[in-house]
Amino acid sequence: MSSPKSLPTLRARGAPLASPDAQRALLRSLPIAREFEDALGGPLRATRIDVMQINVGKLCNQTCRHCHVDAGPDRREVMSRETMQLCLDALARTDIPTVDITGGAPELTPHFRWLVEQVRALGRHVIDRCNLTILETPTHRDLPEFFAENRVEVVCSLPHYARLSTDRQRGDGVHERSIRALRRLNEVGYGDGRSGLRLVLVTNPVGAFLPGAQASLETEWKREMKQRHGVSFDALYTITNMPISRYLEWLESSGNLQRYLDALVAAFNPAAARGVMCRSTISIGWDGTLYDCDFNQMLEMPVHASAPRHVRDFDRGLLEARTIELDRHCFGCTAGAGSSCGGATT
Amino acid sequence: MHRPHYYDEHDLGRFGEVGENAPELSKKFFEWYGAVFADGALSAREKSLIALAVAHAVQCPYCIDAYSKDALEKGSDLDQMTEAVHVAAAIRGGASLVHGVQMRNKANGISM
Ligand code: SF4
Ligand code: SF4
Repeated sequence: MSSPKSLPTLRARGAPLASPDAQRALLRSLPIAREFEDALGGPLRATRIDVMQINVGKLCNQTCRHCHVDAGPDRREVMSRETMQLCLDALARTDIPTVDITGGAPELTPHFRWLVEQVRALGRHVIDRCNLTILETPTHRDLPEFFAENRVEVVCSLPHYARLSTDRQRGDGVHERSIRALRRLNEVGYGDGRSGLRLVLVTNPVGAFLPGAQASLETEWKREMKQRHGVSFDALYTITNMPISRYLEWLESSGNLQRYLDALVAAFNPAAARGVMCRSTISIGWDGTLYDCDFNQMLEMPVHASAPRHVRDFDRGLLEARTIELDRHCFGCTAGAGSSCGGATT
Repeated sequence: MHRPHYYDEHDLGRFGEVGENAPELSKKFFEWYGAVFADGALSAREKSLIALAVAHAVQCPYCIDAYSKDALEKGSDLDQMTEAVHVAAAIRGGASLVHGVQMRNKANGISM
């Protein structure tokens, strides 16, 4: 069975759900057992900032069917070097230990490598959220070496260790190219458990269901990736699909939306709620706007008005005291074992 | 007009009601059921695939629904799930066919 064709971005198609307001309105139009804040029992406050997540843009070489960014080759929003400098200035004023760079395909942003080098020069840990196929493009084939030189932690998307599911979600041929890229990361020392070059795989469900137990899947994935593909890696993260953007469109058009939202609400886990990543993360958009997380960023819900809303005004104290902006999509972070950019939270 | 029928997908969600007249027995069953499917010598994913195959062998629509979803959640893909159903079908087919030996014994015993 060949994979269903990826559609162009919502933006390129002029789809109504290209608008974040339309996405939130659609979620809000559904009957629901209780609201997120009621499930939490009150507002949610930030605790500290351990991670500065920088989304450097929506440009991507892929158009995955579930993408919460609505990223794709037609998107032109990328972070300028000036805005990167503002992020670096904010970083230099704090001791935030980790910078998590995401996109789109972040490596396509013109000043990506410069940003990585500058963050390293400040002595901070860098995570790159990598779609793997970018490493197989002619202009980016040297990225494994670049990552290794800068001791970047590489966190890669791979829906499944077998071809079928990966290609259904991400496009025909993606699985094969992803495996080739992983082998090249292994060749420079990634995932060997000794070099300190950490290689993480991220799997998210290819459909309207929740991810399985992370630890159980990790054991099996390590065995299967080694046996089938000769690939080693350090950890597997399971991530729940958020009902926003292209995944939201798919949920609606396939008749799964109500059932999926009900499943997220029913699986609300108070322990996962305590560990949601927004409490310890600040997310910066391509234009420098500050958000609680990458999902709120895509829904264009900036941080609470009591905190600065642009990276040029970055104030760690005010940001760490902020109240998190919540809506129904947040149920995606608290279902079952919980979900964050670092995988399950419980 | 509401037409009742023998199988209703919503009944799956009411499974717990079977305990209403035998709470102790049902408590034991559900505890045991949960323990059966935990990671052990077999992974939770492998157990889920076995359950999917058995669901086809016993032709239980509730179990087929539940374990199609569960197998995906546990990390199986459609190729693996399809092979599991073939295993169930092969055993079912083989089980019929192997009784042909009994048929032959009987037929031969009463034939000239
Ligand atoms: S999911 Fe990642 S790789 Fe796929 S289109 Fe979105 S940003 Fe690109
Ligand atoms: S969606 Fe963002 S704001 Fe909502 S709970 Fe998750 S991390 Fe926090």
